[in-house]
Amino acid sequence: MTLGVVFALAAGTYAMRLAGPLLRGRLRISPQWEQLMSIAAIVLLGAFVATSALFESGGFAGWARFAGVAVGGVLAWRRAPFVLVVVAAAGTTALLRLFELAA
Amino acid sequence: MSTVQRTRTSFWRDALVRDVLSMALAMAIVGASLGAIAVSKGVPLWMITLMGAVVFAGGSEFMAVGLVTAGAAPITAVLSGLMLNARHLPFGLAVGGLLDRGWPTRLIGSHLMVDEAVAFAMAQRTPEQKRRAYWLTGIALYCAWAPSVFLGGLLGQGVGDPGAFGLDAAMPAALLALIMPSLREFRTLRAVAVGALIAVLTTPLLPEGLPVMVALVGVAAVLPLPKKLEGTR
Repeated sequence: MTLGVVFALAAGTYAMRLAGPLLRGRLRISPQWEQLMSIAAIVLLGAFVATSALFESGGFAGWARFAGVAVGGVLAWRRAPFVLVVVAAAGTTALLRLFELAA
Repeated sequence: MSTVQRTRTSFWRDALVRDVLSMALAMAIVGASLGAIAVSKGVPLWMITLMGAVVFAGGSEFMAVGLVTAGAAPITAVLSGLMLNARHLPFGLAVGGLLDRGWPTRLIGSHLMVDEAVAFAMAQRTPEQKRRAYWLTGIALYCAWAPSVFLGGLLGQGVGDPGAFGLDAAMPAALLALIMPSLREFRTLRAVAVGALIAVLTTPLLPEGLPVMVALVGVAAVLPLPKKLEGTR
């Protein structure tokens, strides 16, 4: 690991983070576009959830993780409190691993 | 008794504050494991802590440490990390309106832009609530991240594997809970379902980070926007 990697990654990431707010300052954005961009953010988060529930470094992450996310998802759908969703998801996955029911 | 005291009590009883703090706690454990892994692979403690502070995007930090210490070229590590972080650009377009109060807000707020801050903001109704949720999450996670990376590196292998606590499931589940209110709107649900399916199907084919970007195609599933929604914001 070198400082070059750290600062190149930091600078590139910051540039991508700043680009959105900068562009917003220059453009007049209609309510329709505003709404589409909100939906786009939700789509990105949803795709991020789906891929991180299933994969780790490009390979299948195992059923224990998937089961945990699924339990959390059902609880969230039933309007359970946020903390309960997080704890139940972690607990399900941890217990499945502890008893070696799923990798 | 005093106003200050009353404000403080209601601050700690605030459901948003509680949720954000539980997220920060989970993030701190993940950060500690990043620190422990990096130090065990020979990355200096100060360097991984600095990385946590200046990059502040966990996934790409794990990836860079993994690639570089496995002997990949530095440019590969940087480009892979940047691809993983490309989603921040569309995130910025979506939440950039919350950071339009002058340059300091824009410059600092952009650095705090992580998935969780965006998700907590999107889960709120009014722009004022969104703004508060974004800053609260961003600041809490930023304050938790680099120090926990440092502590994890200091404590080393004693930190243990975050997988044993199921934290790899907790993070996606937390984000899912935050976008759940939006998913109750059918058009958004359809767009997310199409996007998530595309991302999952392309994951074996594309470098990490790109499948999530390709998922944006799913936004087309909401077009054309219904007339009745046009004037709502």
